[in-house]
Amino acid sequence: MKTFLEEVNDMIGGVPIQRCYHCRKCTAGCPLAFAMEYNPNRIIKMIQMGMKEEVLGSSTIWMCASCETCVTRCPNQVDIARMMDALRQMSIESGRPAKEANVLKFHKAFLANIRLGGRINEPIMMVQYKLASGDLFSDMAMGVGMFMKGKLSLLSPRTRDMKAVRDIFAKTKP
Amino acid sequence: MKVSYYPGCSLHATGKEYGQSVRAVSKALGIELKEIDDWSCCGATSAHSTNFKLSIALPARNLIAAERDAMDVMVPCAACFNRFKTAQHHLDKDKALKSEIEVIVGAKYQGGIRVRHPLDIISNDVGLDTLAGKAVHKLTGLKPVSYYGCLLLRPPEVCEFDDYENPILMDGILGALGAEVRPWSYKTDCCGGSLTISKTGIVVKMVDRLMTMAREAEANCLVTACPVCMANLDMRASEHVRLPVFYFTELMALAMGLDGPEGWFKLHNIDPRPLLTGLGLV
Repeated sequence: MKTFLEEVNDMIGGVPIQRCYHCRKCTAGCPLAFAMEYNPNRIIKMIQMGMKEEVLGSSTIWMCASCETCVTRCPNQVDIARMMDALRQMSIESGRPAKEANVLKFHKAFLANIRLGGRINEPIMMVQYKLASGDLFSDMAMGVGMFMKGKLSLLSPRTRDMKAVRDIFAKTKP
Repeated sequence: MKVSYYPGCSLHATGKEYGQSVRAVSKALGIELKEIDDWSCCGATSAHSTNFKLSIALPARNLIAAERDAMDVMVPCAACFNRFKTAQHHLDKDKALKSEIEVIVGAKYQGGIRVRHPLDIISNDVGLDTLAGKAVHKLTGLKPVSYYGCLLLRPPEVCEFDDYENPILMDGILGALGAEVRPWSYKTDCCGGSLTISKTGIVVKMVDRLMTMAREAEANCLVTACPVCMANLDMRASEHVRLPVFYFTELMALAMGLDGPEGWFKLHNIDPRPLLTGLGLV
């Protein structure tokens, strides 16, 4: 059976995570470290130590904004941003509840919206997100304001070949 | 010159003024845009955060559609640009993945066209001298900081864009328009991206810091090339620190005397018109 470290390395497909020598440059430059349960360097250490439950159940993997500062500055080219993607995907595929549930609900609403029309229709996507998250009233005034300015339209152009788009979703389903 | 054009979803909606100003300045600079036929969403953060293959297949469908026109493709949205470049990077270096994605999309990927951002095309193909010659109303008194954010620059071997710690393309363009670009250290810091909907409080902290640092650099506005950065800066910054935010193309159109800017400025949440009126620019 593969260790957690091997599973993550397989998904990243680049420089193995054990090349990290814990200089913590990733964490020093991470703009979200202040809001993370474990900082990026600790996540790497925890993967090396096989702490799968703690890593996949942590809020950190959902707080990463994918700014790619970590991988850009890593002296060993460890792709930490892709590692965060891989951890999120592993967490979803294992059926664990996301610790930051609304972040995942947003991603699901966004993707469901693409599957609906091929292109994002922002007002409909926000309704999909709000129904899923139960966060019904935040940003309402802002949304109404944008609607009045003509920035949000319920009838935005869609992709014509929707079969092609739906096929992509069907064939990439894990 | 003629290029393929991928507007992406934002440029028809919350980034409407970016889409319209990109079209206006392209026309004025002699860049003909051919919109990719029947394009679909690039998948953005939500696809790569949850499903790697989906995150490559969605932009690949658009790249393959663009290849039919055999021209480089201009992608103004930084988020779309990053997803297009990332997809190309993986498709070019991983043959097994390329075959798999071709089956998923149902067409062959050739890989013969370049993905380019308008900042690059305007700086390197049009040229700053030509641009300065067309800037008939110099932006005197405007003191912007250039804000590049994340997705045009990182990771550098994928984006192949500009200096990834100290990019200068936008600074050059704004300088050619007569603006007094302020130096600052936050050009490439993150605005919080798509967390704006699900973790709003965190994004407020991030954009307030950017606004505070822009003020410390004695700027009177921020300039961006990304609809996500624009939305976060323009909508989420607290009232006591906020400054007007522009797309670089809006300022180009203003300086070039093109039709449209006043209508676009009305779409902003932070109204930039008092600043521009005070400086005699509108």
